This record gives sequence, C-alpha cells and structure tokens, in this order.
Amino acid sequence: MLKFILRRIMMMIPQLLILSILVFALAKAMPGDALTGQLAQSPKMDANTLMEMREKLGLNDPVHIQYVRWVKNLLHGDLGLSYIHQQPVTDLLSGRLANTLLLSACVLLLTYLIAIPLGLVSGRWQDSWADKLIVGYSYVSFATPLFIFALVMLFVFGFKLGWFPTGGSVDIQVEKGTLDYYINKFYHLLLPALSGALIGTVGIIQYLRSEIIDTKVKDFVKTARAKGIPESKIYSHHILRNSFLPIAAFLGYEITGLIGGSIFLESIYSYPGLGQLFLQSIMQRDYSVVTALVMISGLATLIGTLLSDIILSAVDPRIRIE
Amino acid sequence: MSNQPVLQIENLRVSFRVHDAYYAAVDGVSLNVHKNEVLAVVGESGCGKSALALSIMGLHPPAKTKLEGKILFHGTDLLSLSVHELNKIRGKDIGMIFQDPLTALNPLMTVGRQIEEGMDFHLSLSSLEKRGRTIELLERVGIPNPNQVYHRYPHELSGGMRQRIVIAMAIACHPSLIIADEPTTALDVTIQSQIMDLLRELQQQMNTGIVLITHDLGVVAEMADRVAVMYAGEIVEMADVYTLFDRPLHPYTRSLLQSIPSAQHPKERLHVIQGIVPPLQKLPRTGCRFRSRIGWIDESEHEEQPILREVEPGHFVRCICYKNFHFPHDHIGDMKYGIS
Ligand SMILES: Nc1ncnc2c1ncn2[C@@H]1O[C@H](COP(=O)(O)OP(=O)(O)OP(=O)(O)O)[C@@H](O)[C@H]1O
Ligand code: SF4
Ligand SMILES: [Mg+2]
Repeated sequence: MLKFILRRIMMMIPQLLILSILVFALAKAMPGDALTGQLAQSPKMDANTLMEMREKLGLNDPVHIQYVRWVKNLLHGDLGLSYIHQQPVTDLLSGRLANTLLLSACVLLLTYLIAIPLGLVSGRWQDSWADKLIVGYSYVSFATPLFIFALVMLFVFGFKLGWFPTGGSVDIQVEKGTLDYYINKFYHLLLPALSGALIGTVGIIQYLRSEIIDTKVKDFVKTARAKGIPESKIYSHHILRNSFLPIAAFLGYEITGLIGGSIFLESIYSYPGLGQLFLQSIMQRDYSVVTALVMISGLATLIGTLLSDIILSAVDPRIRIE
Repeated sequence: MSNQPVLQIENLRVSFRVHDAYYAAVDGVSLNVHKNEVLAVVGESGCGKSALALSIMGLHPPAKTKLEGKILFHGTDLLSLSVHELNKIRGKDIGMIFQDPLTALNPLMTVGRQIEEGMDFHLSLSSLEKRGRTIELLERVGIPNPNQVYHRYPHELSGGMRQRIVIAMAIACHPSLIIADEPTTALDVTIQSQIMDLLRELQQQMNTGIVLITHDLGVVAEMADRVAVMYAGEIVEMADVYTLFDRPLHPYTRSLLQSIPSAQHPKERLHVIQGIVPPLQKLPRTGCRFRSRIGWIDESEHEEQPILREVEPGHFVRCICYKNFHFPHDHIGDMKYGIS
C-alpha cells in the first residue's frame, strides 16, 4: 500500500514537468509579457526604460534559459512580481489561498453530504417517488448555470432576507483567532459554499444512482442473498462499497470543477480568494499572477487525481496489486 | 431413500413481466428431491432451468416475477414466506452454487469473510469459532494453505479455486439441500471433473439432496440418481438415470441423447436438434411445444395437449405418440433434416 502510494507520487514528477512546460509555454504565447500590465498603468513610460527593464528581468534571454530560471524560482516559492499590486505574487496569494482552500473544502464536503444520501436513496429505491424527485432536482441543478444560481441565492438570502452576509470572508471588527472569528468566517462561507454544492451534486447523484442500480443485479449480490443476509446488510456490505468506487475515481474531476466554480463563487460573493484574483488579473493583464494561478490549478488537478488513486487503492484490492 | 422428500415442487409456474404481460418461463413443473439424492435437471439453454433454481432460492426480482404453485421445503411452502423468514432458511438449510465463480464473489471482500458471512446470521458462534470453521471448510473443499487463502481476495484465485470457495459458502451451515446451477460450465474441462468429484464426495459425506442443473449429459450419467428433462419450461420426461439412458421415450430426450458422441460408435451420425428453444414471448402455449422442431413427424401423429404420464413405475413422459417417433435419417431418402 505504502509502496503503491510512493510509486504513485513518483509518477507525478513527469506530470509536473509537463505541466510546468505547458504553463510556461502558455505564458510565453500570451500577447505581452510581465511588463505589459505595468505599461497599461503608466502609458508614458519611454521605450528605453522598458528595454532596460526587459533586459534586467532576463526577458530577452533564450527561452530555455528563461524556463529554467522560472522553474528554479518556482521551486524557491518565488512566483515573480505582480506589477499591478506591486508585491511578490507569493505574498499576494498566501492569504487568498487559505480562503479558497477553505471554500473549496466546504463546497466539496457539502456536495458529498448532499449528493451521497440522495444518490443512495435514488439507486436503492429506483423509480419510487423519492427517486423521481431526486433525479428531477439533479437535472434542474445540472441545467442551472452556477453564476445565475449563486446570484439568485445571494439576492434572496443575502439581500432580501438578510440571513447571510453578502460579501467578504470575515467581518473586520472581529478579533483574529477568537472563537467568534471562526464562527464569523464560517458564516461568510456558508452561502457561497451552499450555492456551489447545491449545483454541483448532479454528477455524484447520477453516478451513484446508476452504479447502485447496476451493482444490485450483479451475481455476487445474488450470492449474498442466497446466503440469507438481510437486505440492509446486503447494501452496506456488498452493494455500497462496490458502488463507491467510481465516486472515488470521480474526486479528481470534482476538484478540477471546484477551481472553475470558485472563480464564479468568489467573484459573485466578493470573497477574497484565488478565483476572484484570477478574474481580476486576467482583466488587468497581470500575467505573472495569471501564470501562477494556472500553475496552482494544474497542481490541484494533479493532486486530485492522486487522491482519487490513493482512495481507490485503499478500497479496491484489485488495484493494489498492479 | 427416506420417506418425506426434502424438496417438493408442485405445479410451479414462474412468469416474467415483459412490458405489460407475464410470460411463463417455468410452466407447471412438479418434482421431488429426497435426502441423499441427486436430481439432475437437463435441457437446452433458455428452457427455464435457472428460472427454476432461482425461484427455490427466492432470488427473482419480486416486482417483475410472478410465482405460482408450491415449493415445499421440509413441508414449508417457501413461496408463502416473507423475505425475513426466507432468510432464515436460505444460506442455512439450502445452499446455492452458482454458474460463474468469476462473478459470484464480491471482489472487495476477502474470501474468508465471504464464507463466514452466512454464519453471522445463521449460527451463534464467536468470531474465533467462525474463523476455525471457515478454515476447516476451505480444507474440506480442497484448498491448499487455507490459513493464507482465508485472507485472499477473489481476483487472486483461479477459476477452479473460486468455485471451491463458492461451494464452501454453500455448505457453510450444513444445508440439507444444495441447488447447483451449472456449477462447472464456466470452468476448464479438467477442473470440471475435479469440481464434480468434490460435489459428489461432499454429497455423500453430508447426505444432502442436490438439484443439479446442467446440460452436460456426461455429468448426468456420472452424478445423478434421477433426471428431469426440461423443454420450454415443462418437464417432458423424468426417470431414474438408468432408465432414462436405457429407454428414453420422449422425442426431445432421444434427440438430446442422439446428439452426444458415443465412444462405442464413433462413426455414428450425430443428430442435430433443429432450431433453438423459442424465446419466451414466442413460446407455443398450446399443444406440444417441441412439435415445431421435429417437422418430419406427421402432424396427425401428435397429441393435442400432451400431459405427463407415468409409463412405468417412476418413469414419466409427456407423450402418448412417442411410439411413432423416429429420427429423419432412419428413413432412407429423407436426408434433408438436421444432419451435420
Ligand atoms: N428476469 C427475467 N426477465 C425476463 N425473462 C427472463 C428472465 N430470466 C430469464 N428469462 C427468460 O426465461 C427463459 C428461461 O431462462 P433461464 O435462464 O431459466 O434458462 P436456462 O435454462 O437456465 O438457460 P441457460 O442454460 O442458458 O442457463 C429464457 O427465455 C430467458 O430469456
Ligand atoms: S405430441 Fe408429438 S411432438 Fe409432442 S411430445 Fe408427443 S410425440 Fe412428441
Ligand atoms: Mg441458466
């Protein structure tokens, strides 16, 4: 098991290499460079100064040298300088990263908390009214765009009813580190997380439902019934475990989806996270920030698939062998 | 053979719902199995053998299946029991061996646990006792290194080994009846005979009644005490194994027997039964169901509604006109029928 995980992590090295080359190539292919944003801010900068700065930053060096330098800096946690914010990208990201991780974790948790029980009921009592209701909900949620749903939620529960705060990640007046602080943070998190989760359940519900429907007619379930095992135990010991396998495999994909989702959620709820920053940076052409964020989201996807594989290998003995 | 049969099936009808109508896959089957007796049920693919076996175990999806008649197990009608009541009997007093050992085991559970699982509900044993009993069972079904195999997952074992595990599961609580639905069809020929030998041996040790479903007449000859031949959901002939091989009467039985190569007459022409068992929805429901597959017999020679009759003690045939039956190549010049 440990060996499998180690080997699986080793596999990430070439993946990371390819990812970094792709991101670097993309950054190079984008019109303009790290100074373009700066230029937009102060259009009067003269051409000579610009050339000088280019030279100083090494932007005129051959591409492979620039790449190696970039990777080196990356490994030291140096993601470059944001010319818009006039501070190192690393500093800019650090606070927001925690916010985004928190929000994403909440969305993910809520998604599973909502989707798994619904998927179970739907699959076990296929074609019952509960099943029809759940399938109906999952289709509606599938057809509703996240940004519209999030806006509606914000409008109804934030502005109209005033049950939840309408922006930020925490109120400024609460003291950091106190219990109140965490409660306040969670309070800010709840509405965006719920908006993301309610819309994001369709995949898991449908997968789990169809997986249970497939599994419950499998031969080994017949074998279990022939042993005289009560129905509830047949579900818990035989059907569910087998049905969860593809859900675990789905995790990597879920995490990728979270990254896209956080862009909308954070922008709509003016929640200070990476997604919000991403959208701003693209519009302001703050390339060093965009590049760093693309790299981070790529990394998140890789970690997601790593987690999927580890979970799968923990649940499924057939995978451990290979 | 003792007096009261272990299993007594009376006029069983198993119908499946297809769209809005029910179609019977087993149609008026009656049979008995006694203690220490092996009853073979033979017939072509699709004739309702599995449907019969699964109805004894209560394994048909209730919403799509209609069961009529009686399945008496030691006098209790299994069809009248609730699932809860049935769960006290299946796995304990009746064990089932499935056809395909590759799919019959849960891939995520160790084989030891899977054998033990039934004991959890039927026997009050400590986990140590269950473990000991499981190892014993593994030994008994011929698994080497039972202590290690106990912890193995199904995919780590060969097909033959897995079938031994399935057998161990079936006999775990010492059943008085075993239903074996083509237990060797999915296995290599050499493994087949090993598994059959094992079944035979276990059956003799435990005095179990066995319903052995197969389409291998060699297995029937080797294992069975009595044989029921099924065609299109009905029993067309039933007799003890010697009588059946010696004096088969029904055209279908005779066709089956003619279609196996015999060692004594290797050059003999084999009979090929024309056509296939009709699909459920197209099954003729009146008159003789086999009629369409022996087209060379003159229409006037068939019986209108053939019923099962006892033609000699213990020998039942669904026919009166078998006396006139003949194979097409018995007629000179009539060679166009089903000969390969
Ligand atoms: N759940 C079901 N719903 C509808 N039809 C079914 C169902 N199960 C079986 N049948 C049909 O009933 C008939 C008998 O099937 P059964 O599986 O009992 O045949 P069998 O004799 O066991 O054949 P085989 O040798 O291939 O195992 C077939 O025509 C089959 O298509
Ligand atoms: S009626 Fe004809 S085909 Fe049918 S069982 Fe009798 S002899 Fe055979
Ligand atoms: Mg079958």
